[in-house]
Amino acid sequence: MRLITTQLARKGLLVLSRVAALPALLATSAATWAAPGDAVVDEAQRWVLNMTEGVTAVSREIFDLHMLIFWICVAIAVVVFGVMFWSMLMHRKSAGAKAASFHESTMVEIAWTVLPFMILVLMAIPATSSLIKIYDTSEADIDIKIVGYQWKWQYEYLGEDVSFFSNLTTSQDEIYGRAPRGEHYLLEVDEPLVIPINKKVRFLITANDVLHAWWVPALAVKRDAIPGYINDAWTIVEEPGIYRGQCAELCGKAHGFMPIVVHAMEEQDYSDWLVEKKKEALEIAKMNELVLPLDEMYARGEEVYLQSCAACHGVDGKGGVGPSMVGTAITTGPMQGHVDVLVNGVQGSAMQAFGNQLSELDLAAVVTYERNAWGNNMGDMVQAVDVLNYKKNQ
Amino acid sequence: MGDHGPAKGFGRWLYTTNHKDIGTMYLWFSFAMFLMGGVFALVIRAELFQPGLQLVEPEFFNQMTTMHGLVMVFGAVMPAFVGLANWLIPMMIGAPDMALPRMNNWSFWILPFAFAMLTSTLFMEGGGPNFGWTFYAPLSTTYAPPSVTYFIFAVHIMGASSIMGSINIIATILNMRAPGMTLMKMPLFVWTWLITAYLLIAVMPVLAGCVTMMLMDIHFGTSFFSAAGGGDPVLFQHVFWFFGHPEVYIMILPAFGIVSAIIPTFARKPLFGYASMVYATASIAFLSFIVWAHHMFTVGMPIAGELFFMYATMLIAVPTGVKVFNWVTTMFRGSMTFETPMLFAIAFVILFSIGGFSGLMLAIAPADFQYHDTYFVVAHFHYVLVPGAIFSIMAAVYYWLPKWCGNMYDERLGKAHFWLSFIGLNVTFFPMHFVGLAGMPRRIPDYALQFADFNQIASMGAFLFGFSQVFFLFIVIKTIRGGAQATDEVWESPEGLEWTVASPAPYHTFTTPPAVK
Repeated sequence: MRLITTQLARKGLLVLSRVAALPALLATSAATWAAPGDAVVDEAQRWVLNMTEGVTAVSREIFDLHMLIFWICVAIAVVVFGVMFWSMLMHRKSAGAKAASFHESTMVEIAWTVLPFMILVLMAIPATSSLIKIYDTSEADIDIKIVGYQWKWQYEYLGEDVSFFSNLTTSQDEIYGRAPRGEHYLLEVDEPLVIPINKKVRFLITANDVLHAWWVPALAVKRDAIPGYINDAWTIVEEPGIYRGQCAELCGKAHGFMPIVVHAMEEQDYSDWLVEKKKEALEIAKMNELVLPLDEMYARGEEVYLQSCAACHGVDGKGGVGPSMVGTAITTGPMQGHVDVLVNGVQGSAMQAFGNQLSELDLAAVVTYERNAWGNNMGDMVQAVDVLNYKKNQ
Repeated sequence: MGDHGPAKGFGRWLYTTNHKDIGTMYLWFSFAMFLMGGVFALVIRAELFQPGLQLVEPEFFNQMTTMHGLVMVFGAVMPAFVGLANWLIPMMIGAPDMALPRMNNWSFWILPFAFAMLTSTLFMEGGGPNFGWTFYAPLSTTYAPPSVTYFIFAVHIMGASSIMGSINIIATILNMRAPGMTLMKMPLFVWTWLITAYLLIAVMPVLAGCVTMMLMDIHFGTSFFSAAGGGDPVLFQHVFWFFGHPEVYIMILPAFGIVSAIIPTFARKPLFGYASMVYATASIAFLSFIVWAHHMFTVGMPIAGELFFMYATMLIAVPTGVKVFNWVTTMFRGSMTFETPMLFAIAFVILFSIGGFSGLMLAIAPADFQYHDTYFVVAHFHYVLVPGAIFSIMAAVYYWLPKWCGNMYDERLGKAHFWLSFIGLNVTFFPMHFVGLAGMPRRIPDYALQFADFNQIASMGAFLFGFSQVFFLFIVIKTIRGGAQATDEVWESPEGLEWTVASPAPYHTFTTPPAVK
């Protein structure tokens, strides 16, 4: 069955792509309206008409299911619309057609109730078996907890002490057309999720604030990330490669700007990466013991601010979705209050608790930056160790 | 009493209890909302014309998608059908007016206030609703802009209006039919509206409960939908879609009634399978209550729930298929002509079926893991709502307008409007299937470069479709102001009591009930 539908799918797509070539020709000129210098998208990618087959057994099964239902629908459409167009052509008043007067037939009505029902049963069988497979999250080799935040993803390798955030790296300049857009515009992150191939990876998906949904088309994994719930899903990727997806549940302003990148690699490469990550974690812990001068803290703080704060509070600190930070009671008030807002967030508002999202050093740096940037000029600063102590003592 | 005409001036409209006046007001109101919702849609399509952010910021973009959905569903489609019900149901069943004329006045007149309030939120600090028309918590509660309270109040008023309208329609149909008009002799538009009214009465209170729980969460410290307080964000979705799925059929069942009136007239052949049409409508209405969670396949339900909602959803294809087969068989061996209402009705059958096919695909839970929350879904529901609900309303306007105002519309202009709309709509929404399958999520203000071309095409189609509706406005006004005098029958031997009264229909019709054979 799978073979037949796939072949049919390929043939059908060939026809479709030929039909699609016409608007493609018409629109080549239109495409040049994109900002000059933008990455040129591969011709085959520009006119993708269909779902990806993906790189897992499950994704291929879903693709085949999709094509099977599609072709059944096409067949039904050909028959129904065929009769309809034939009637419209042959039974026109202008062609001298005289109307018949029949208006019911119990036999016919029973037939076209029972027949569709049987077709539905045929569809339900493969759908049920696929669903059972997808729901079997048992016996995973690796567990990764995925937490959705406004607007980034956190990946935590359970039992490995490795945890990091994954942020969009596309620049505001690209988004606002001040710089040419790169090949992976809006689909690129600073740290991708890394997984080994041919291993059963289980994802435990939840959210910290609002709903999100974690979706990578090539893996055919889409699960809602819901505060208070942990949803599970799994995958076994067969091909090494980089697979891109996006948040699929409206989660506020930057919903379109929190992509997912999965880097699937050979098992050995994965283990090497994991070792490297653990080392990094240790280094970060050491960094927290450092005492840095104001200018270094300021520079580091600016980086952190642009990554984690600017989306709401604006690049210039003048606010946006979030309030302005220029000369406010928090940024120019007592140090303790400022640290508290960053570590614990503000209940009932969109201000998150960054205490577990950023390292103590980064928290200290960003507080220092905010107190000295944009004319706040407080001249004071806080060190990583202070933040650590604050967290311990609260 | 006798036959007296309408009062003069603005008071006529403010105080009227006349079903025709109220129907007219509903229809004009819904058209105004249709244009407003359309402008919101064009802002969306203009921003999506190319990658990057050019015209609006993401916050405002989200307000546009939310307001577009809310205004089109609650402001354009639902009031339009209530307007048609007001005009047509009393004339179709041989009643002098609606059963509860004063309440009828009220159910209309609270609507403009609801929408004025809803629209005013766009000008408030923090902006209007920005959480999608499905307003999932906690984005619509803890994280909502302050204007959400106005949104909640507006939804309450819309709900009250719908409930009063439905009570009125049920009371009218059950009590005021002319002697001899048995239930199984009623035109299908009356039947489908009777069933729709029951759906409305069943689910609008659920929506009201849903937004009331939001209100409590926001202002009174409860935690219905907040996990941090022991509540459940998924509960929101169950409650919302228990309203939301029947709501989808509320927007399409009256359309089935309209098409079932128009196709027989222009095929010059009685509707095939009248009784099965009634039973199919009732079956769809019943099924609509047990399929809601198919909007939530990715929410992490237990597999038993997943399977139940998949099977139940697939079942809807059976009664819907029966309807389509019946319409096609009505055309078969007819003697067809293709005036504007018929063109819209035929486009309805074809394009609604396409929306039905994609609906069947979406019902398959494993495949839905790929479709869910992508443009494939956007394509699907626009195919059932635009050529479904909207086209049926336009077909109805062309079909009954000569009866309402006594003048024929200009056939050439009507056909031009049809073709412009037909082309515009397909150019807009067909490419959305492709970008959705290729992986473009819905409700995003900016997208990856590979989606650029189809989005550009869709945006061009949207502007064509949008401006065609201004042309529609022109045609309707032109018809009201003049044109060839319509005969009482208007069309060639159409069925129904409404064609037995003069054109334009007198201010009061059937003050003495007609005899129905």
